[in-house]
Amino acid sequence: MNSFYAELQWLPRVPLDYSQRVKDLGKSSGSLGHHLQALALHALDLNQLTRLAKVMEKARSVEGSLAPLTQFRLAVLSNSTIDLVVPAMVASAARHGIALEVIQPSYDQVAQEALAPDSKINRSKPDAVLLALDYRALPLKTSLGDSEASSASVQGVLGYLQALRNGIKANSNAVCIFQTFASPVESLFGSLDRALPGTMRSLLDSINRELAAFVLGSGDVLLDVAGLAETVGLADWHNPQLWNMAKFSFSDELIPLYADHVARTVAAIRGKSHKVLVLDLDNTVWGGVIGDDGLEGIQIAQGDARGEAHLAVQRLALDLRKRGIVLAVSSKNTDEVARVPFEKHPEMLLKLDHIAVFQANWNDKATNIQAIAEELSLGLDSMVFLDDNPVERGLVRKLLPQVAVPELPEEPAYYARTLAAGGYFEAVAFAGEDLKRAGFYQDNAKRANLQKQVGGVDAYLASLDMTITFQPFDVTGRARIVQLINKSNQYNLTTRRYTDPEIEAAEIDAAVFTLQVRLADIFGDNGMISVVICRPGDSGVWEIDTWLMSCRVLGRKVEHMVLRQILNHARAAGITKLIGTYRPTEKNKLVVDHYAKLGFAKIEEDGAGFTRWELLVDGAAPESAPMKVVSQGFAEHLETLIS
Amino acid sequence: MGRDKILERLAPIFEDIFDDDALQLTPELSAKDVDGWDSLTHIRLILTIERAFKIKFSTTEIGKLENVGDLVALIEART
Repeated sequence: MNSFYAELQWLPRVPLDYSQRVKDLGKSSGSLGHHLQALALHALDLNQLTRLAKVMEKARSVEGSLAPLTQFRLAVLSNSTIDLVVPAMVASAARHGIALEVIQPSYDQVAQEALAPDSKINRSKPDAVLLALDYRALPLKTSLGDSEASSASVQGVLGYLQALRNGIKANSNAVCIFQTFASPVESLFGSLDRALPGTMRSLLDSINRELAAFVLGSGDVLLDVAGLAETVGLADWHNPQLWNMAKFSFSDELIPLYADHVARTVAAIRGKSHKVLVLDLDNTVWGGVIGDDGLEGIQIAQGDARGEAHLAVQRLALDLRKRGIVLAVSSKNTDEVARVPFEKHPEMLLKLDHIAVFQANWNDKATNIQAIAEELSLGLDSMVFLDDNPVERGLVRKLLPQVAVPELPEEPAYYARTLAAGGYFEAVAFAGEDLKRAGFYQDNAKRANLQKQVGGVDAYLASLDMTITFQPFDVTGRARIVQLINKSNQYNLTTRRYTDPEIEAAEIDAAVFTLQVRLADIFGDNGMISVVICRPGDSGVWEIDTWLMSCRVLGRKVEHMVLRQILNHARAAGITKLIGTYRPTEKNKLVVDHYAKLGFAKIEEDGAGFTRWELLVDGAAPESAPMKVVSQGFAEHLETLIS
Repeated sequence: MGRDKILERLAPIFEDIFDDDALQLTPELSAKDVDGWDSLTHIRLILTIERAFKIKFSTTEIGKLENVGDLVALIEART
């Protein structure tokens, strides 16, 4: 078996005193959630995961919460034995910042559980339902060489899966996580199996392709188990002895890997994926040490084995940047020396333009990564740090445990694979804005420079030539709305997370007032940067359920303009009072004074920092900022009233 | 490998699986004597032993195991 994947080799090895540390968990000071996550971050095997999960279950029943881990309820429907997999999922979820609660109905009750409104899973109102099915669960008929019968068989399977989904949607409105199906190894004809319609391999190929296409359109989530099984090898994935003996649908040795993939998918649904790749330079981005070897001495050329390994790292970094991951550099070097290869080496794929923040100095890397996080206004837990030097990795893990730091093998040829295998940038959807995000952060650096030049903030804001666009929630914006709701931590008043179906519900409910806000300026389009949901409260009152904003547009009085927009619509709807709440989290101190700054009056406060605020619509006149306002897509009579 | 040596190597595995460091491993010990030794934990135990000793048991062999003594004898025959 390929130990790289089975043993999660991108994670640090398990400490020798692991058992003792698990036992001591209850006794340690500080938040239990942090300690759990720190232990879960090692490459735990099945027994070690099981042990950690046991402690988590106990702690949850005693303390009720595992904060700061994010709560998630996952129901698992399966046609196989998952009793050993469930604890592994729970412990792996802690690795990704999730306090996972698994609802597991009786063995092999898939259809009953999905379709009956009062089934165990539907009653439990899960956040998501994982359909952990393998090919043996499918109503499959092989029909060799008969393309009509095989396409009927494929449609039958898709219909079955969609019926399960519709049952779950109707009864619990949970997000469905579908798995693709790993093909069995045993072939019938041999290579012909792939080509001939109606063979098992050809049927499963079609089912996986059609299922993937369906999920992309339906707003559900895909867990590519077929891809995972291919990666480790189908012969290792399937274990017929374990299936016969205990109905395990795949090898026990791959449970930690599978569980980590479930966990990263759930974390991605909750918006916990990383956003920034921080690169070391010497022996990571190129071979050799630029300060010692000089421009001619470093290895980065095509045709040079060592150089190609580092080029592969650069290529992956660039591809990540293309899908919206921000790149930064942290290198122990003199700044001018470190920049030389980027500027002068003809084989370098990475250019200075691609790097949002370039930190080359002699400070320790923890300090540098902190500086990068501050400059980008992003949390440390959105950073991944890639460095060949185990000492630097150890230092960053120790001083900044929130930063993800993959273990790298000795051989540079495996660096790119290791970074990709860790799944740090797992995403469950891809919105158009993602494509531009890396550029946004870079433009922000330019804006900051401009700010330095023009001096006064107001003059600066005016010079940005901004256009702000307000619209109610709609189908086009929904993917991005859901993404913002699930990943915004800092500028987020209530940090309420909603799924796609929940947002769709708000979108069509006439009593709910929703806003999606876009901002464009001289540097380009920032895309959607703010989301607001107001729900009806007492008569004449709107409760601001959700108000969040992207930190990219901090300090531009966008929030003032948003409030003006809300007030306009409130007046038109006969609303007399707005109520806002601030729910404190670890990350949203930034907005503790949000409502005070906007002229709201505090009406409630508790010991934990929770506050409630009110604003009388009549007479409220928030500050205006120099930007063009476009308001579109609202019901016509409202638009007339407002204009 | 002698039976005593095998028993000695099994002890930490049992301790780990059953989360009980007071567990006394004797040849007579069987599932009914140990809290939490159900069919699934049994599978997990067997899989862990297979990995630790780098051996594989057949389905029939696993089905015939009655107690720790049987297990030790089986490992002895394979190592």
